[in-house]
Amino acid sequence: MEFVIEMLNIRKEFPGIVANDNITLQVKKGEIHALLGENGAGKSTLMNVLFGLYQPEKGEIKVRGNAVKITNPNIANRLGIGMVHQHFMLVHNFTVTENIILGSETTKNGTINIKDAAIKIKELSDRYGLSVDPYAKIEDITVGMQQRVEILKVLYRGANILIFDEPTAALTPQEINELIDIMKKLVSEGKSIILITHKLKEIMAVCDSVTIIRRGRGIKTLDVSATNPDELAALMVGREVNFKVEKGPANPKSTVLDINDLVVYDARNLPAVNGLNLEVKAGEILGIAGVDGNGQSELIEAITGLRKVASGIIKLSKNDITNKPTRKITEAGIGHIPQDRHKHGLVLDFTMRENMVLQTYYNKPYSKSGILQNDVIAKKAQQLIEEFDVRTPSDLTLARSLSGGNQQKAIIAREVDRSPDLLIAAQPTRGLDVGAIEFIHKKLIEERDKGKAVLLISLELDEVMNVSDRIAVIYEGKIIEIVDAKQTTEQELGLLMAGGNRNKEVENNE
Amino acid sequence: MSKISTNFTNILIPVFAALMGLLFGALIMLFSGYDPVLGYTALFEGMFGTPRAFGETIRAMTPLILAGIAVGFAFRTGLFNIGVEGQALVGWLAAVWVGVALDLPKPLHVTIAIVVAAIAGALWGFIPGLLKGRFGVNEVIVTIMLNYTALYLTSYLIKRYIFAGNEKSENIKESASLQSPWLSEQFGFSRIHYGIFIALLMAIVMWYILEKTTLGYELRSVGFNKHASQYAGMNVNNNIMYSMMISGGFAGIAGSMEGLGTFGNMTALTHFTGIGFDGIAVSLLGGNTAIGIVVSALLFGGLNSAAPSMNFNADVPSELVRIIIALIIFFVASSYVIKYVISKYSKEDK
Repeated sequence: MEFVIEMLNIRKEFPGIVANDNITLQVKKGEIHALLGENGAGKSTLMNVLFGLYQPEKGEIKVRGNAVKITNPNIANRLGIGMVHQHFMLVHNFTVTENIILGSETTKNGTINIKDAAIKIKELSDRYGLSVDPYAKIEDITVGMQQRVEILKVLYRGANILIFDEPTAALTPQEINELIDIMKKLVSEGKSIILITHKLKEIMAVCDSVTIIRRGRGIKTLDVSATNPDELAALMVGREVNFKVEKGPANPKSTVLDINDLVVYDARNLPAVNGLNLEVKAGEILGIAGVDGNGQSELIEAITGLRKVASGIIKLSKNDITNKPTRKITEAGIGHIPQDRHKHGLVLDFTMRENMVLQTYYNKPYSKSGILQNDVIAKKAQQLIEEFDVRTPSDLTLARSLSGGNQQKAIIAREVDRSPDLLIAAQPTRGLDVGAIEFIHKKLIEERDKGKAVLLISLELDEVMNVSDRIAVIYEGKIIEIVDAKQTTEQELGLLMAGGNRNKEVENNE
Repeated sequence: MSKISTNFTNILIPVFAALMGLLFGALIMLFSGYDPVLGYTALFEGMFGTPRAFGETIRAMTPLILAGIAVGFAFRTGLFNIGVEGQALVGWLAAVWVGVALDLPKPLHVTIAIVVAAIAGALWGFIPGLLKGRFGVNEVIVTIMLNYTALYLTSYLIKRYIFAGNEKSENIKESASLQSPWLSEQFGFSRIHYGIFIALLMAIVMWYILEKTTLGYELRSVGFNKHASQYAGMNVNNNIMYSMMISGGFAGIAGSMEGLGTFGNMTALTHFTGIGFDGIAVSLLGGNTAIGIVVSALLFGGLNSAAPSMNFNADVPSELVRIIIALIIFFVASSYVIKYVISKYSKEDK
């Protein structure tokens, strides 16, 4: 069998760590080859070596059987290797064509020849079923479409080997399916694809073979048809992973959070939450399912005091907390794992130690008459780091330098440790790998079993269904239905999330 | 390991910038037909060569430490206080006024004069703080405008109320003075005064507030990340106001050093003193840290006070000092390049 890319025994060191240790990756012509590994396992480093951004200390790279030295990205381009970046590199007020030809403009008598380029792009787009309009402006097209522009950019430069770096991170489920079709189309036209990912579902759906990397080492290369998600997860993490979240039955008690007729306006002054009613009881996990933008963010912000409530009442254990300052609400007993951990959850330029007391720094024993008690804070931070297995060199490390999973663990440690009556978890596992996801789900269930109320908001339907006891479906700012997590199905939830009513037929018959 | 090397780089860059500034200053002297060795010898002598020179260096660095602290404090909390100049002028006038108008025993009079100067500076800082906190008005623009307001307002008030002729205010009473014949005598009858101890104390105060108090924790948090601070229940708007007021307070004390220490009065100025603007450079070179600010104030204060003697003894125009200061700032600002060079070399070592 012919390999288009062979990376043999690659070793890449950085001061203090070996990022790639003896990794071998062999990609066959016309296949989709997955590169699987946890965050920080060395996937990106390996691809940067292939793309000429890093020079390996050891090892050999062969392209179509010929040994090559790739010392910069231009050489990679000339060899037909193209990278579709995770973070799009597009000029927003340029058209698709302008973006694609950027850096290799076709000129005619010293002026740019947009027309010819647009025709060529149109051809490419049609051949691979991308349906991109060459004259559309980037700022006017969807994220999924922008990604296709990135793909076109690579194809336009004549790439035969495409590297996709976590391509589905920003896409909706619908767009993911479309991307999968495009990838299949690309290989059927003779291209080869390397897919960097930590999502097992995608590998099973689209890839032919998979190479697993763990902590910088190449673990194994497998045929996807001869493996299953459980085996892949175990190989990736290095131990058995439990997908099915293990939990006993819920034991709901008194109502902790009680929301009545809540109306909240969004930034454009439109009602994002519009007459919402919801109860969360002690000892249960209530999941909120819904398509993004149906008022989830505004609901959380209203509960936590970050956004004004226009009308309605929010009660926490019978106390009215409507429009109270955030600090009062926090003190009343709400923990909040925010949606955006970099924006809200952490002060990235603070040390881990400082971040661990973000809401409690002014209280005893962390502060005495306005003076921080550093040794007490340090002890607390070290205890939480230990307990929640936050992998950080020390408690004086800046939050910025930790991986996403460890940052999230730190936030969860901080919020859970305050032992709030109500824990709000918004997208708690976004962007994390299976090991970290498993850990976080376990923690949420632990809190439930301690008799706390947990409000889980997630765009991942799997997560909502696996972790919650009851599922409330939010649509256009209202809870339109509450279902039992054990009895509902993906189809039913999907229908409800789209605004459908499962009782419609019954009502019509009456 | 990375922590140590970052600290090392943080110190290396300003030192490197200062050396590069002096090196290029030497080249400029050379190309303009002056003798750089002679020029720098005179400059160094003018900074540290005699007790008197050293006393004058300390005198010049005293307000610069405080102005640097004012800029650095605001900067560490995410604000850019360009208004230190104006806040210092207001503080200067307030201190002189108290020194002229009140009659109190010595330690009390001086203390009150300094405290009033700090309050005046804080009020001058409160205006941009309020506008920024409540209405989101850019503090840079407001503070620049308030500098002019302070300049002409202080001139007017001096001429209107405490004018002694010759464009100067009345002199402060002995009991409000920071000057000390004894201290002056130790340093060759220079104008050194007790203010240096206040400046050093305030450097410690800055460090203590920022690193050790809950207020400092909040202020830094707001400076780094407003959203996370809000999430944590901090009052972001109030913190912006507090920060500008504290910064203005330090600036006010900087002004009082001139009024109570160096001059004993205030001139009805028609142009800025430059203390506030030099404070920006001092803070920048000192990496916005208390200790760094003290060291860089020593350098800038020394350069300023030694400029005339370089002119006398080596015939090099004193403007060269401004060029050197500008070059140093340039090299600090281009620290990215320096970091790049350092990382390149340290890689090759391995």
